[in-house]
Amino acid sequence: MKKIIANKEIDVNEEGYLTDFNQWDREVGECIAGDCDIKLTDRHWEVIDYLHDRHHKDEPLSIRGIKKSGVIDVKEFYNLFPGGPLKKATLIAGIPKPKSCI
Amino acid sequence: MSTKVKKMLFILSKATIENAYAAFVMANGARMEGIESEIFFTFFGLEAVQKKKLDHLHVATVGNPAMHIPTMLGGLPGMEALATTMMKKEMEKLDMPPIGEFLEILSDSGCKLWACKLAVDMFHLKREDLIDELDGILTIGDFYSRADQEGCQLLFI
Repeated sequence: MKKIIANKEIDVNEEGYLTDFNQWDREVGECIAGDCDIKLTDRHWEVIDYLHDRHHKDEPLSIRGIKKSGVIDVKEFYNLFPGGPLKKATLIAGIPKPKSCI
Repeated sequence: MSTKVKKMLFILSKATIENAYAAFVMANGARMEGIESEIFFTFFGLEAVQKKKLDHLHVATVGNPAMHIPTMLGGLPGMEALATTMMKKEMEKLDMPPIGEFLEILSDSGCKLWACKLAVDMFHLKREDLIDELDGILTIGDFYSRADQEGCQLLFI
């Protein structure tokens, strides 16, 4: 389905996740974050860069991966993206929701 | 939505590795979905939060039909250790953290970890025998009072 995000027509699935990463840019990310009541700071962007890097390398995301990332610890991750951190962070980053249970 | 689960409380009463992981995966999964979670460790479940024991939890090879080995064989010395090593290897492949690391993740994610007072007394344990991440030692009454809100579910494992 199509959704207008940051004045652009974007393809998303029923949960709002982007289905085509090429349509993502920082403005789109900021707009989605705003919908989640999150104001993106440099720290958020560092995490989003990390998530993009993992995604482009086809490496699965997990909370353990976050712990080992060296970018951020679990506690801060939860503080930055309250209410389901990996779900929210991937939504904002324009990449698929992780399928892992861990 | 009024029906949404807001809080999950787990009671872990067993020390087999598969039960500990069941509680941990569900408690962590709740936090990852933005749901509050807490674990109450009681009776043998306390082994999962004892510094000296948490790295040595085993799979039960006796009385467990899903092992698909004869019960007599499951009782042989070393069988539990062997089955546990095999299971840990498989879990590592799925990026499942070992018990100690999992407890750190849970604690950092805001999952509260409680020890049961009655069981702590029964096994003559001291606070220092238990992991630093533990949030406290509670009676079952204290624990129930933490469940006193809408959208809360209790699960016994």
